[in-house]
Formats: sequence, structure tokens, C-alpha cells
Amino acid sequence: MPHIVTDNCRLCRFTDCVEVCPVECFHADEERTYIDPDVCIDCGACIPACPVRAIYDTEDMPEEFVPWIAINAERAATLPVLSARQPALPTAADRQKELGF
Amino acid sequence: MNTPDKALKIAVIGSGPSGFYAAEALLRAGLPLQVDMLERLPTPFGLVRSGVAPDHPKLKEVIKVYDRIARSPGFRFLGNVALGRDVTVAELRAHYHAIILACGAQSDRCMGIPGEDLPGSHTATEFVGWFNGHPDYRDHAFDLGREVAVIVGQGNVAADVCRILAKPVDELRTTDISEHALDALAQSRIREIHIIGRRGPAQARFTPRELRELGEIHQCATLADNRDLRLGERCETELNDLQNGNAAKNCALFREFTANQAGNRRRQIRFHFYLSPSEVLGDSRVEGLRVARNRLEGPAFAQVASATGETTTLNCDLLFRSIGYRGVPIPGLPFDDHRGIVPNAVGRVTDGDHTVPGVYVTGWLKRGPSGVIGTNRADSVETVTHVLADLTQADAVEKPGGDALEALFPARGTRNLSYEEWLQIDEAEIERGRPHGKPREKFTRVRDMLALTGHG
Ligand SMILES: Cc1cc2nc3c(=O)[nH]c(=O)nc-3n(C[C@H](O)[C@H](O)[C@H](O)COP(=O)(O)OP(=O)(O)OC[C@H]3O[C@@H](n4cnc5c(N)ncnc54)[C@H](O)[C@@H]3O)c2cc1C
Ligand code: SF4
Ligand code: SF4
Repeated sequence: MPHIVTDNCRLCRFTDCVEVCPVECFHADEERTYIDPDVCIDCGACIPACPVRAIYDTEDMPEEFVPWIAINAERAATLPVLSARQPALPTAADRQKELGF
Repeated sequence: MNTPDKALKIAVIGSGPSGFYAAEALLRAGLPLQVDMLERLPTPFGLVRSGVAPDHPKLKEVIKVYDRIARSPGFRFLGNVALGRDVTVAELRAHYHAIILACGAQSDRCMGIPGEDLPGSHTATEFVGWFNGHPDYRDHAFDLGREVAVIVGQGNVAADVCRILAKPVDELRTTDISEHALDALAQSRIREIHIIGRRGPAQARFTPRELRELGEIHQCATLADNRDLRLGERCETELNDLQNGNAAKNCALFREFTANQAGNRRRQIRFHFYLSPSEVLGDSRVEGLRVARNRLEGPAFAQVASATGETTTLNCDLLFRSIGYRGVPIPGLPFDDHRGIVPNAVGRVTDGDHTVPGVYVTGWLKRGPSGVIGTNRADSVETVTHVLADLTQADAVEKPGGDALEALFPARGTRNLSYEEWLQIDEAEIERGRPHGKPREKFTRVRDMLALTGHG
């Protein structure tokens, strides 16, 4: 089972996650990133890289995030790959503060 | 700058993750440039081939990414060419505009205690290299005929060593573990594996995923002592930190292990904390490990192990140390002996307070042995940013590059392998594995690899 991006990733796009992904499996829209489950190799590099802890190992996550498994798979399939780090969205710093990180 | 021989020529030394991500970042820069990757073995991919455990095949899929990079225009693989053995730093500087060292951390830290070199005492590198078919460790022997093994260190490499020792051998048969290791493990009589750490459960370096796996091994009990999990206030502070999620999960797992019983399982793994080895005991071979008990001192997140004065002895027949890795000094370049890395500022090699022009470093040799495969990607992006900034400022003198370098090899008896020749080895390994249901059976001797590619 792969890793997934969840709710905390919103209006941030720090994309620190993207830069450490060894296989380029992050895709993104204007709001957040999504992991392609068929490409992710479960290396775990992105978990500590995300400043707001939005990423979970599906084998080890709170029940509430189960719906995000399908969301990641569906969205990743239609959105372009992000292969390099992007400038953070202007809302990023506020969002991080709001989440208490 | 558009003709190929005006291209910027860059040598990357080492074909592990950091080398490949450096090559990727260079080739994506949109400049006319040529990347030549030198690798001391005939085979590429560094620790992805020779470190990552055979029962973690999914991680090795990262090789597909490296294969794609290796097939890009502007990339050349020079396998079986070692910096320091076949070429010198000075020669590389004469042939290339820049050199990026990506040689990893090829040696282990020592415990620095008496008896460390007794027969039966090994490094994790030796054992991992042996079961993963690394040619350097092909002829090592591990006596698995006795019952008790101790592993010093509580990181993921220690977990890999433990898992390979503890798993029923039948579960390894369809992995790419080397045949000689499989034969030896099939005869193993190991029953108890003790993993000891200097500090407490809150400071263990395992990732929860690896630790959980140790708790799920068939016919194996995973045990910890309740008393070790009564944590002090400073440890609780560490566990409550949102950025320290691994520690909290690890402690929850250790707590589960305290409720387990050995029962009549075939094997057991026992975690020990707050212990520092002080002497390996035994006359002609390892018979035990003397350990000193520690307590933690200092503020949360900077707690250090401090000896209480109390010592005990663990009887054991086999000892592995997995307490960190060190880079190997490269002749002609500075080395930070304390950290075991090539000294650098954001990837530019430094010698005292000046930078060594044209020489860069990335990966484990740059930052020490921390992080996972992907960590090297961000690390190499950083180094390459500085390589490109320096190169595009400098006046581009022409450099002769890889063709001229290759022309030096025959007279030295160096037989370099191309990426196509590696692909021949790759195909032959897959073929050899097939009858046994293995993804591949690695060649473990350089001479066999050379013979296969017509260099024998
Ligand atoms: C046992 C073990 C298990 C691991 N398991 C995992 C895991 O499960 N998941 C994970 O994400 N990470 C894992 N890691 C970490 C990961 O392997 C490293 O982060 C990564 O390999 C470091 O990359 P590197 O390129 O710096 O070094 P390396 O991968 O070591 O590559 C260095 C390369 O340089 C070559 N070289 C050395 N000296 C010379 C020279 N003088 N001339 C030419 N070539 C030279 C070497 O032969 C080697 O191919 C593991 C590490 C170890 C030790
Ligand atoms: S770093 Fe975290 S919050 Fe930022 S884009 Fe990646 S997953 Fe989202
Ligand atoms: S777990 Fe690894 S492979 Fe999967 S998305 Fe995260 S960084 Fe990429």
C-alpha cells in the first residue's frame, strides 16, 4: 500500500515533498499534491519532508484518512507530474501557522 | 557553446542514488553538457543494489528511474573505473570542467573497544554486502552455527540485519538474495537476536515501518522490557513533538513488544536500551559482550547517554555493529576525519576556509550517512545548483572529456564497462534467477562479470 497526501496539504505547495521523492510520483493541482500509488515505492522520504505532516503511510494512518486513498489515485491519474520543487503559494506560511507547525 | 566538444564536461564519481540524481539535475539544466559517471564496480546503483534488503523489492524499483537517466543523451557510464585506483583527481580535473564526488560512505564506524576484531565480530556492511552479493564481501564467512547474535545499533540497517537473521529462510528464497547467503542461512541455528542501543526507546533511529516489520516475522517473538519504557519527562516532551512522529510510533510499537512472550517460537528478537558496549569478550572468538548501563542526561532533543557505572555481560556467539558509516578519503582531496565526509559548503569541496575549484560532493559523502534514498535527490539538486552557477560564470575552456580519458585505460589494464555492457550483465542475472523463482541471481565476482561482457 502506498503513501498518500491528505487534508493538511492545502494552500501550501511548499513541495518539499516533491524534491525528495526518488521516483517523481507527485502530481499537483492549484491546491495540493497527490501521490500516484502505482509509482510510489513506499520509501517514506516525503513524510518528514512535509512541514505540515500531510503525508501518511497507508499502512499506518488514522482511519479518517481512508477516503484520501481514492482521491490520491484519481487525481494523480489526471494531473501533471511535478518533478521539481515549486515556489510555495503565498498562503503557505499562514497555513503552516494555522495548523500549529 | 553548441558543438558537442564545446559542451561542459562533468564527471560524477559513484553510481548510487546521489550520483544518479546529480546526473539527472545536470542533464535537465538545458545546457549543452556531457555527464560521465565513473563507478568502481562493473555494476551501477550503489547501495540500491548492494545495501537495500533483498526482501524489499519495491524500493529497488527506483532503479527504473536511474535506468531512464542512464539512457539519456549526454550520459556515459564508465563501470569498473575507480577514482584513486584507475584515475587520479588531477587527471579528472584535466579532462572535465567539474567533478562531483558521489562515492557514499564505504566504511563502518568502529566501537573502539577491546576485542572488536575477534572472529565472530563483524560490521553490518560486511554482512549486508555478503547477502547482497557485493564482490568485496563475497568471500566473507559468518558462523551461523550457534544460537545467540547481538546487533549493536538501532537504525534501519540494524533492522535489516536482524530481519535477515530472523526470517524463515523460505521467505527469502524468491528474493534476489545471493545464493551463497541463502545456503548459509538455510543452515542457521540462530535462535536469539539482541539489538542494543545506547539511549532509550524514544531515541531509537528505526523508521516505524522497519520496526513494525520486525514484529511481524513468522515464528519469531519480538520482545522488550517494560522497565525500559517508563519514560522520563524529557523523553515524553520529545514524543509529543509533532515533527518527531517516528519516535512516538516507535515507542508505541516497543510497548506492544513488552506484552509479548517468547513462548515456543523458533526465534526471538529482544530490544535492549541504555547500554554501551565496553568490551568484546572471548579468547579465540566472540563469547560475549560487556556492556555499561547508561542514563540520559541533558535537555530534551539533546539527551546524551552517560554511564551509570553499572556493567553487565551479554553472552553471544556472533556480533554485528551498525553504528554508522564513514566515507573513505580520496587521495589528493581534503577529508574530515571526525565526520567521515569530504568537507564542503553546500556541496562545494572546501579545504580550510577556501573552496577547491571544480570539485563538488553529494550524498552520503557530503552529509554523512543519514536519510533515505530520496534524501539524496534534494541533496544532489543543491550541489548541482552550485556546480552550474560556478560553471556558467567561469570562462569555458575546452576540456577533452571522456573519450580522451578512456584512451588512457588500456595501458593501465583498466577495462571499463559501458552501460550496454551492464545491461548484458543485468539480463544474464535475470536469466540465472528465473529457474529458482528469483528476480535475479547476481554475479558476485568481478571476473565473471568481465568474462560475460567479453573482457575476460
Ligand atoms: C544496508 C543499507 C540499507 C539501506 N536500506 C535503505 C532502504 O531500505 N530505503 C532507503 O530509502 N534507503 C536505504 N539505505 C540508504 C541509501 O542506500 C542511501 O541513502 C544511499 O544509497 C546513499 O547514496 P550515495 O549515492 O551517497 O551512496 P552509495 O549508494 O553508497 O553509492 C556510492 C557509489 O560510489 C561508488 N564508489 C565508491 N568509491 C568510488 C571510487 N573511488 N571510484 C568510483 N566509484 C566509487 C560505490 O561503488 C557506489 O556504487 C540503506 C543503506 C544501507 C547501508
Ligand atoms: S510539502 Fe506537504 S503540504 Fe507542501 S505540497 Fe508537499 S505534501 Fe503538500
Ligand atoms: S513514499 Fe517515497 S516514493 Fe512514495 S511518494 Fe513519498 S517520497 Fe515518493
